[in-house]
Amino acid sequence: MNFKKILPQLLTLVVVILVFGFFSYNAQVNMENRGITFGYGFLSQESSFDVQFSLIEYDGSHSYFRAYLVGLLNTILVSVIGIVFATIIGVIVGIARLSNNYLIERTAAIYVEFFRNIPLLLQIFFWYFAALRALPLPEKAEPMFGVFFLTIKGFFVPAFVWNNLDIFIYSVIAAIIAIIFVRLYAKKKQENQGIQTPVLSISIGLLIILPLLSFFLGGVDVSVQIPVIEQLSKTSFTFKGGLKLPPELISLALALSLYTATFIAECVRAGVQGVSKGQKEAAASIGLTPNQVLKLVVMPQALRIIIPPTTNQYLNLTKNSSLAAAIAYPDLVLVFAGTALMQTGRAIEIVSITMLTYLTLSITISIFMNWYNKKIAIKEK
Amino acid sequence: MNKLNFLSPDKNNLYAYLYSGISLFSLSILIVFSNSFFNLDLTSFLPGTISYFLPLIIGFIGLHLIRIEYSGIKFLDIINKNINTNKFNALLSLLIIFAVIKSIPPLLSWFIIDANFAGDSKDACSGSGACWAYIKIWFNRFMYGMYPNAEQWRINLSFIALAFLGGVGFFASEKFKKYLTLYYVVVYPIIAFLFIFFFISGGPIFFDFSYGIIAAVISIIIGFFIPSKFKMYYFLIIPITIYILLKYIFFYEELIELGKIQAFEWVETGAWGGLSLTFIVSFFCLIFCFPIGLFLSLGRRSDLPIIKYISIGFIEFWRGVPLITVLFMSSVMFPMFLPEDMFIDKLVRVIIAISLFEAAYVAEVIRGGLQALPRGQYDAAKSLGMGYWKMHIFVILPQALKLVIPGIANTFLALVKDTPLIFVVGLLEIVGMLNLAKTNPEWLGFAMEGYVFASIVFFIICYAMSKYSYNLEQKYKTER
Repeated sequence: MNFKKILPQLLTLVVVILVFGFFSYNAQVNMENRGITFGYGFLSQESSFDVQFSLIEYDGSHSYFRAYLVGLLNTILVSVIGIVFATIIGVIVGIARLSNNYLIERTAAIYVEFFRNIPLLLQIFFWYFAALRALPLPEKAEPMFGVFFLTIKGFFVPAFVWNNLDIFIYSVIAAIIAIIFVRLYAKKKQENQGIQTPVLSISIGLLIILPLLSFFLGGVDVSVQIPVIEQLSKTSFTFKGGLKLPPELISLALALSLYTATFIAECVRAGVQGVSKGQKEAAASIGLTPNQVLKLVVMPQALRIIIPPTTNQYLNLTKNSSLAAAIAYPDLVLVFAGTALMQTGRAIEIVSITMLTYLTLSITISIFMNWYNKKIAIKEK
Repeated sequence: MNKLNFLSPDKNNLYAYLYSGISLFSLSILIVFSNSFFNLDLTSFLPGTISYFLPLIIGFIGLHLIRIEYSGIKFLDIINKNINTNKFNALLSLLIIFAVIKSIPPLLSWFIIDANFAGDSKDACSGSGACWAYIKIWFNRFMYGMYPNAEQWRINLSFIALAFLGGVGFFASEKFKKYLTLYYVVVYPIIAFLFIFFFISGGPIFFDFSYGIIAAVISIIIGFFIPSKFKMYYFLIIPITIYILLKYIFFYEELIELGKIQAFEWVETGAWGGLSLTFIVSFFCLIFCFPIGLFLSLGRRSDLPIIKYISIGFIEFWRGVPLITVLFMSSVMFPMFLPEDMFIDKLVRVIIAISLFEAAYVAEVIRGGLQALPRGQYDAAKSLGMGYWKMHIFVILPQALKLVIPGIANTFLALVKDTPLIFVVGLLEIVGMLNLAKTNPEWLGFAMEGYVFASIVFFIICYAMSKYSYNLEQKYKTER
């Protein structure tokens, strides 16, 4: 090893160690002065604060760890909703951008340019403080299709009341496993004998029949509970029954999906444009039908270009969902890095846990995506 | 004369189809137009549902009739090709046209016709439209935050001066072009900082940082006379030595007195705000994140394992966490890491946090450019006997950076759009000021106007930036 290679490395290492040492030394001194001891024991203590909206049972008597879980689940909830809608809107807009219809192409382009040039936080505020505040009060709300109520207090939708929900879920899982086996079998059959099996119709059939069976044989029962208006006091009304989506969740999901959709639309456009015309012509010339061209030739190649940047956008959306703290949607940042931090004063522990959670989430997804990318990459000889 | 077949219009009887088609199409537009602009329902004699869908049906038939390929009429061909290629497209075109016509009157009345422009209190806004008087009265706050009114000329003057100094690059003659990078990377940021510190903040004439600047200037001047062989070691050691000498030995006592003199009234950073704060934060973050990102990307591609893994860890860490938690860290966790008596202003902390955060993204973008360069470029540079730095400065980076202009522009755009997040630490730039104004008891209920105003401001800034980067990209594309 020569000197020129070791010196810069050594210098960097020393600087990094010095910086870390400086920080941790100060942290120790500061904590000693304030009488705090470092540790994660507080996680099992009683939290004694309430959260407005929670997917799991939670109140003040539960532990801080439970509060962390509530926040995490809420973050995941809004991210999943956002990802689903962003994908749907993004794909539609991306394809519209490629349309040969001038009006459609322009409309899509204006949408993309407009929504991606405005800060996400501003959009969230706009939906939450301006647009959703213009909605009617519960007592004045007009029902949509008779059962949905969009009010200033949130979106009230009918809820399903399940009997033996677990059996139903098992049946769906069983159907999915069966579909996987059918696919494997069909693939093998095609490779060995060249015979195609109608996988899609079999899959749909399985997905309908098995859950249906669970209704007739497994004792699964479902009823719909429609929200009904109820008077709380002379002027205050609310809906009872059904499911309530709070306005925070709606505006956050709306802003996240509309914003991220613009980026996904650009990914989709780039992907479809990235497939060369020759590929389509070649496919058509060997006698594939237009549907087959799309399914077997264009989409596999376009997806290869589309998926990596789109995953990046999904990651961005998940990270951006932390803006929830600005409108008091109880996500991980608000519940844990906000309320819990104020109560315990354990800045280092809580901020580090929050960051680690997001870090784990991102790194897991990017490892998975790298693996997937390698799998679908063109295998060059 | 051929028989008319309305199911499949063709070129024979072109005008018969054309006139009937255009009149039907115009009729559908007229119905929607009168309905939306004059609130006049021309089809009220029909049952409700039919009346509702009538324009769509009429327009659809009209477009069907004029869908004649190769008609020989230029205008018709253009229309057919662009909005009327098939039934589905015709339907979508109609829907879009109707939606535009329908949405113009309410938008127009909200923005202009029913809007209130004059007045100086909430009572002036009685109409159903927007209350632009609200924006007018709060305009000063939206631009300058809580900065004292009498001192706002300092911000204006600094921005004008900085814009002028920043534009120097466009006017520089060929002879000075080669110094421009040095100017923008080293000199300009320092000038900008001095402007912000002395002028906008009203800081004392002499402070700790001044020693650093003097040390840097002296060592650069001496540096011109040092043989290039020793330059690297020289720049590692000398500036720090001069700094220590200046601070602790030469004029310590005298300057403490001098340091207390302030030319302008001190305005603490908590009072800064509005759009000017957006500009200040994004400006410094832009300046800082680029060099940091550049070094990180080089580090990530380095052969030296320790540097490589430290860079990877650093980049992946910042990329993996949301900016809001980084800002949380800078506001609640970072003070724990500093000695008790050391205090860093929260604006500075925020700028450092955002710069480091965005630097990781810049690094990944630049890495893409570095990877895209063919190996031959590296080999060619090495075979000329160039060292690592020479090779990168003169051969690799100029090409790689050209490739990644769009990516870097996107990162910068993301940075500008991220600045509103600094509300987390209590700094109120334009969006934060809007939220403050919204809760003012005298001005309740004008959230919409505020957000529309801020959206327009941000849209203009970001759209201009993206168009500029597009032009830059095109310019360098042709040069290659």
